[in-house]
Amino acid sequence: MNRFDQAITQSEARGVEANKVLKNTYLLLSATLAFSAVTAGASMAMNMPPIAYLVALIAAMVLGIFVLPRTANSASGIGVIFLITGLMGFGLGSVLSMYLALPKGPEIIATAFGGTGVIFLGLSGYALTTKRDFSFMGGFLFAGMMVVVIAMLANIFLALPALALAVSAGIILLMSGFILFDTSRIIHGGETNYIMATYGLYLSIFNIFISLLNILGVMSGDD
Amino acid sequence: MEWMKILGVVAGVLMLFAMWPAYKWWSQNSPKAEKGDWNAALLAIAAVAAFVGLLIMLVR
Repeated sequence: MNRFDQAITQSEARGVEANKVLKNTYLLLSATLAFSAVTAGASMAMNMPPIAYLVALIAAMVLGIFVLPRTANSASGIGVIFLITGLMGFGLGSVLSMYLALPKGPEIIATAFGGTGVIFLGLSGYALTTKRDFSFMGGFLFAGMMVVVIAMLANIFLALPALALAVSAGIILLMSGFILFDTSRIIHGGETNYIMATYGLYLSIFNIFISLLNILGVMSGDD
Repeated sequence: MEWMKILGVVAGVLMLFAMWPAYKWWSQNSPKAEKGDWNAALLAIAAVAAFVGLLIMLVR
């Protein structure tokens, strides 16, 4: 086999590997989203208070920071990611219960749900078809998220509705960038662990949904 | 409500703690954008912004 043939074979092998990671990521993402929906339903049935959202979110973040990276290369990583997404879904249930109590609540939730789906599928399809490497955005995206989180922390004390809206809008745009970033990293071999890839995409979808709920809730006049 | 504020601060600080190593790594090691990359990314993000505007009009 000459060097040219070897280069083609290596390139094909990388492409096959990337497709395998992509397939496994989307399968696991579908399963975790469905599981989140089940735990959200359970949380709504149990009428969990709003504080359950923050408690569940903090527990999920602790698992995501300290446990998932250590287990992502083993079978137990699957259990951990289901635990994380189950907790986040459970917390989401208490938020959904609050919105359902509003006059236009069901419409807001349905619109946010559909909108999140369209945004995710549209951006994923775009990243898959353009084949551009969007990993150049990494520094910009993480810096943007740090700024948004600091603004969120400040608004806990300032309680400015306009700032809350700006933060939600910023999160939607940054998470859209992250969907392009994460998807193109999978395609180009930058991310080879489908559990960590699923976690990244799940967080983007979750944050877009929550932020859309907030924006649509305010803009519909039901604050 | 005080508990909500305290938990909110804890959640925010945890997020910063989680993102800091990734921010440091990517700010130093991000590959350079090739010609047309930024336009391609901004086009997609502008489409998202327009779509969210449409969703807002739907619920008003």
